Amino acid sequence: MNESSTGLSAPGAAAPAETPSTEPAVPVTAAEPNGTAGGRALAGMAVLRSSAGRNLGLVVALGLLCVVGVVTAGDRFADVDNILTILRLAATIGVVSIGMTFVITGGGIDLSVGAILALASVWSTTLATQAMANDVHWLVMVVAALAVGAGCGLVNGLLIAYGGVVPFIATLAMLASARGLAEILSDRRTQIINVPAFREAFNGEVLGIPVLVLIFVLVAVVGWIVLNRTTFGRRTLAVGGNPEAARLAGIRVQRHTVMLYVVVGLCCGIAALMLVARTTTGSSTHGTLYELDAIAAVVIGGTLLSGGRGTIVGTVFGVLIFTTLSNVFTLNNLSISVQSVVKGLIIVVAVLLQQRLASRSKT
Amino acid sequence: MTTQTHEAAEGPLLSMHGIIKKFPGVLALGGVDLEVRAGEVHCLLGQNGAGKSTLIKVLSAAYQPDGGTIVWDGGTVSLTTPVAAMGLGISTIYQELDLVADLTVAENIFLGHEVSRGGFSRRSHANAQARALLERLGHGEISPTRPVGTLSPAAQQVVSMARALSHRTRLLILDEPSAVLDQEEVRNLFRVIRNLTAEGVAVIYISHRLEEIRQIGDRITVLKDGRTVATGLQVEDTPTQDLIQLMTGRSIEYVFPPRRPADDFGDPVLEVRGLSVSGVFSTVDLTVHAGEIVGLAGLVGAGRSEILEAIYGARRPSTGTVSVAGRRLRSGAVAASVRAGVGLCPEERKSQGLLLDHPVFHNITVSTLARFSRGGFLNGAAERAEAEQLTTALDVRPAGVNRPVRNLSGGNQQKVVLARWLMRECRVLLLDEPTRGVDVGARTEIYTLIRSLADKGVAIVVVSSEIEEVLGLADRVLTVREGVVVHEAPATELDESRVLDLVMEGSVA
Repeated sequence: MNESSTGLSAPGAAAPAETPSTEPAVPVTAAEPNGTAGGRALAGMAVLRSSAGRNLGLVVALGLLCVVGVVTAGDRFADVDNILTILRLAATIGVVSIGMTFVITGGGIDLSVGAILALASVWSTTLATQAMANDVHWLVMVVAALAVGAGCGLVNGLLIAYGGVVPFIATLAMLASARGLAEILSDRRTQIINVPAFREAFNGEVLGIPVLVLIFVLVAVVGWIVLNRTTFGRRTLAVGGNPEAARLAGIRVQRHTVMLYVVVGLCCGIAALMLVARTTTGSSTHGTLYELDAIAAVVIGGTLLSGGRGTIVGTVFGVLIFTTLSNVFTLNNLSISVQSVVKGLIIVVAVLLQQRLASRSKT
Repeated sequence: MTTQTHEAAEGPLLSMHGIIKKFPGVLALGGVDLEVRAGEVHCLLGQNGAGKSTLIKVLSAAYQPDGGTIVWDGGTVSLTTPVAAMGLGISTIYQELDLVADLTVAENIFLGHEVSRGGFSRRSHANAQARALLERLGHGEISPTRPVGTLSPAAQQVVSMARALSHRTRLLILDEPSAVLDQEEVRNLFRVIRNLTAEGVAVIYISHRLEEIRQIGDRITVLKDGRTVATGLQVEDTPTQDLIQLMTGRSIEYVFPPRRPADDFGDPVLEVRGLSVSGVFSTVDLTVHAGEIVGLAGLVGAGRSEILEAIYGARRPSTGTVSVAGRRLRSGAVAASVRAGVGLCPEERKSQGLLLDHPVFHNITVSTLARFSRGGFLNGAAERAEAEQLTTALDVRPAGVNRPVRNLSGGNQQKVVLARWLMRECRVLLLDEPTRGVDVGARTEIYTLIRSLADKGVAIVVVSSEIEEVLGLADRVLTVREGVVVHEAPATELDESRVLDLVMEGSVA
């Protein structure tokens, strides 16, 4: 299979692969409609305030980014292989970001996503696991990764909901210990996977679309449905919007909080499998700084960091914007450092803009 | 009683004339006059909501008045910032002491105006000055270097007063200072107050304990409905009966729906037995029948809200049981109570009751989601439709269930909370201050709604700071004082002054 080509399909893609960028491109977006609106700034604001408007802003931002990509890198950017590379890179961090959207919407934060991902990647690729996978079925690896992710999420959730530890600290502790445990398990060595069936399953294509991308699409669709169309989603919004009111309305806030962290943990498990498949390795260094990329994507997507409002569509755009940004920068031979600076700027501008809009809509 | 040595020579230290303070939809102060002399203890009396707190917030510049004049020491002043008020020598000590627990006594006393030179704090200087202030208050035994968090509430209060003195205070406002103190501590407090007045400091003293006012007060001003109804009353010349009379009787008459005959109630629905939360309230027994409205009267802080919360399971009781229709509720479990058919409209509607940025229908269906879900999937159309029916029936304005509830007025927000429990068809409804922040017109609607729920067989408990509301709405009234139910009677056998007397510690013979 030249599935391994995932990593090398585009010359420029290899570097960004390590840091599928998730940074906010939204601010650009948001600023854009305003600028084009010219004198009708107020009308622009009104549109932006609506959820459709916010997403429109994200679409415009992504579109602009693509224009920049085509202008500066021409065919190297507007190439099917390159687009697929962007999507494959976006897929892993995208799945993590969907989970993060739930936790943040529910009023929490999870700093340990990258570490959980690393631990799940290592645990599912130990010699023992791989041996069992070869003997029984490659699904053994899948189960291992999901169980590790959900387990870590459960620990986070219990500590936060019943232990009363603030999410920042509880998940910070998990960040440290999960990655440490991953290092111990792997002895700090990169674990090459040797389960052909697993690699085939994950690195294949369906109708020309990489399986990894399909997994991302599936997770996003399920995430959207759960957040917008189920009691779980509604309760998530309520718990994040006003935990005390939610409690007094009869929602079991503690139990729900635990479930939210299990959800994000599961997403990390899925993402771990995707990363293992893409890199054909499990490693304690996988997913480094994913927490920041995921939070950034969620925030520029329009999810309220203080909870109570969340948008899966926004998050997907946030992820795509950051990944595309990285790709464009890499194609233009700009350093990772420059990318980081721009990402930071984008986050700040996005949040400033959102705050302006939010304060206007309240008055 | 202390006699005024300063009064003859000088004019009043403070006089306030026609002070007006408006809040959206409410006239909190509608023309208050107050005159305080140096060296006197001036008591401010009035029911909950009479405007005492608003008035002292105007004095400490936490609020800006919309009208009226303030004369301080002979000259008209406008108190624009708390710092300006402090600069004149006005200090306020609130019920909730604003001390920093982890800082030392001296650090707290000089918080904001630290003793320093060139940016470096001078600890020994500060400690010495703090000790001097504490000794002036007769409490030299409090060490300036102790963390405030390790002190008793009484000692913390002394620290607050020392802080006020450190600002060269000429007028000290004490808001229910005795609420957290035992008898011995109250005597101590009075000694401190007398030390201060002997030095010419004026004290505005707010308390609901008429007995105390007799002991410490020189003159009294009575507020009712945001107006001064009597001022400059000499304590020794004014019978308690007169004071109660001044505080009662309302200028606005609310219309209450008619009660049903007393023998017309159904079976007991809510049964509370020996319910206690240690340190808050003890051994509450309460039975509410189907169709009955029971009112809990009492001062803010008497434990009324806590009783409701404990019944609801939002607060874990130390002892006691709650049963609904004969089945015992799991204690401290809100979700279980809700499933058993209990609903609560909390005191703080915005922070405890509503998801402010969520649409109206989310707020209504939040406790009834199971009804609209199949396999976890919500039927949004059905949700909206049922919510719409309720908002139409309750005349929630503006109409539209997709509107964020934040944009509604207080009365309409309360209707939304009530609609939540209407949708749930609950059997027991606990209402905490159901008309707080609700304008006069909407009040009547809410009263009618509450009564109609009772007529459908719901057992209702109402807590209100407004005695008139409890009397007008409830069939039976329980009076709570300092965590104990001290009296129970049918509402028709009570009048406002009787309840006020019960609530304020029975000072009328």
